[in-house]
Amino acid sequence: MRRFAIALAAAALSWAASAATPEDRLSAVFEAIEANQPDVALKRVDGLIADYPNFRLAYLVRGDLLLARARPLETFGNVVKTVPQERVEGLREEALARLRALRERPTEDLLPRYVLQLNPEQKHALVVDSRRSRLFVYANDGGKPRLVADYYVTLGKNGIEKTREGDQKTPIGVYHVTANLPRKKLTDFYGAGAFPINYPNEWDRRQGRNGHGIWLHGVPSDVYSRPPRASDGCIVLSNPDLVSLGRQLEIGLTPVIIADEVEWSDAPALEAERASLAAALEQWRADWQSRDSERYLAHYSQRFAAPGQDFASWAAHKRKVNGAKAWIKVGLGRVSMLRYPRERDVVVVTFVQDYRSNGLSNAMKKRQYWAKEAGAWKIIYEGPG
Amino acid sequence: MLNLNAPREWLRGGVIVAFAFIVGAAAAARADDLQDAQQLFKSGHAQQALERVNRALAANPREPQARFLKGLIFTEQGKQQEALDIFAKLTQDYPNLPEPYNNLAVIYAGQGQYDKARAALEQSIRTHPSYATAYENLGDVYAKLASQAYGKALQLDSSNAGAQNKLSLVRELVREPTPKPVAAAPVAKEPPAQVAAVAPKAPEKPAADATTEVMQAVNGWAQAWSKQDVDGYLGYYAKDFQIPGGEARDAWEKTRRTRISGAKSIQVGIDSPNVTMHSPEQASVSFRQTYRSDKLNTKSRKTLELVKLDGRWLIREEKAGK
Repeated sequence: MRRFAIALAAAALSWAASAATPEDRLSAVFEAIEANQPDVALKRVDGLIADYPNFRLAYLVRGDLLLARARPLETFGNVVKTVPQERVEGLREEALARLRALRERPTEDLLPRYVLQLNPEQKHALVVDSRRSRLFVYANDGGKPRLVADYYVTLGKNGIEKTREGDQKTPIGVYHVTANLPRKKLTDFYGAGAFPINYPNEWDRRQGRNGHGIWLHGVPSDVYSRPPRASDGCIVLSNPDLVSLGRQLEIGLTPVIIADEVEWSDAPALEAERASLAAALEQWRADWQSRDSERYLAHYSQRFAAPGQDFASWAAHKRKVNGAKAWIKVGLGRVSMLRYPRERDVVVVTFVQDYRSNGLSNAMKKRQYWAKEAGAWKIIYEGPG
Repeated sequence: MLNLNAPREWLRGGVIVAFAFIVGAAAAARADDLQDAQQLFKSGHAQQALERVNRALAANPREPQARFLKGLIFTEQGKQQEALDIFAKLTQDYPNLPEPYNNLAVIYAGQGQYDKARAALEQSIRTHPSYATAYENLGDVYAKLASQAYGKALQLDSSNAGAQNKLSLVRELVREPTPKPVAAAPVAKEPPAQVAAVAPKAPEKPAADATTEVMQAVNGWAQAWSKQDVDGYLGYYAKDFQIPGGEARDAWEKTRRTRISGAKSIQVGIDSPNVTMHSPEQASVSFRQTYRSDKLNTKSRKTLELVKLDGRWLIREEKAGK
């Protein structure tokens, strides 16, 4: 009888342990430390290490907990200066980032200001908060974002705002995943797999930014995670996290919005912004259909640029084409609207444009950048999507 | 009441082996053999002591003090496994005695089995909560385990860090600035403070005259250099001195030897030194160095990182600039 009861308790315990993420368990270690229960903390961290033997941060905490029994501690990670301090510093920063993420979760009514509208095919959108070293996964709930998961991430050694090849920074902007590179095609360095994103995008190129090869990827098999600032610009997740995230990514569709520090908003404010831009887009469509070139061109900013064209050449071309048509019909489908981080009121609008006229009809994926100028939405870039 | 001193010291230099429990019902006659054995052992005659102990044990094989002494003799003779067996058996036969656990732990620790050492010491303390030696050893074992955990955390290469270095990892605590939070936004509670709160004792202060000692070493180094006493000069460098450019120690020493003895005269001056104590055993000294020889005159800023090893301040790193 007694044996049976013990076995049951053990089974329940191991189930509880497997349900909690390593990050939750690390947090539980710190909770025990805060509650002044160092023995409980040590037991928890030992369990964590047993299950995740490559979790280096857990070893650092274990070291402190053991050392605390021998002598007073002075700091977090009591290692002398003869060892590379950036490694200790990296683990400290990881601890802070992970704990902070767990303790300061965005409340349910807060939404990232960037996801104004997702198209019905986009099942998820990713938002990266660089300052928090956190990646948030939003599900598309009838066009509206709903937080479903979040992960600790490692970003570029030299921080964010990538501009140059080799600057070891992570770009800030609106991107999407472009490919799925499975583990077997990669070296161990990338861990469980990789998902490249489309840096540099049209906006980056227009700003003269270069470089390439910004990926979401995993970690080498000898580590569980890497410090917050350690990659060459890529967004790095632990292998289990990359695997769960990978299930939700759709190539060519899933947006990856990388922000410095996420700006939060609420649903009514987001809806107001979305509605004002949607109205401008609809007006643009209607004015194009009207074949009144001046009304149509009034939607374009003086600083407009398209691939190989500025506002003047664009206007001349459009006047000529539109003037020659007897009729034009434009339909817009699968519209997504994503606000550009760091830019002042710039939104990336992507849609499928169904264009019909006497002479030419086609359907194409199009991308426009809309910016608010003197209170009105204007197009500053237009090109294929 | 008998008190035996340790045949050798272990870690920290503290006395490890004390055997403090009361003699039970040992036969008086055999007590003579035992006393003789203890005397012989104390005066360094281990083999003769062993013979007497064996005689005592022949009469009373379970007698704990004789067995304990035999364990000590084996330890002294380097027969670790035999000693370990004796202490382990004693803990089984006399689970309430703290000393056999302690000595078992010392042997385990000597073999690098710190987890086993920890378990034995914790057991020792459970039997006698006031047994100071076990506490002291347990502190050292925790420090060793901590050092191993730090090594794993930071992926330190144990092969080149070396045992001494690893121990120094946890011994030479340095005062660090509060870690920077990742972001400017406030963090509810920073873990560093909480971990430190586990042991609220104040950190040790380095001795007041430590800076004088450090400067004596730096001046001695400059003088040896000036006198072109190469052996004396090289003697100021720690074994794990970080050779600039990652050259091998031999090659570096050879170059230094040629350079220093090759000059007709050398004069090295230390100006406006500034000593920073990181711990009682770790210091940095920044200064302006003037170097004059028949071949070269230079003035430069230099920083020496020094460590105190076996009572001597030695250079572990030499850096140009502040």
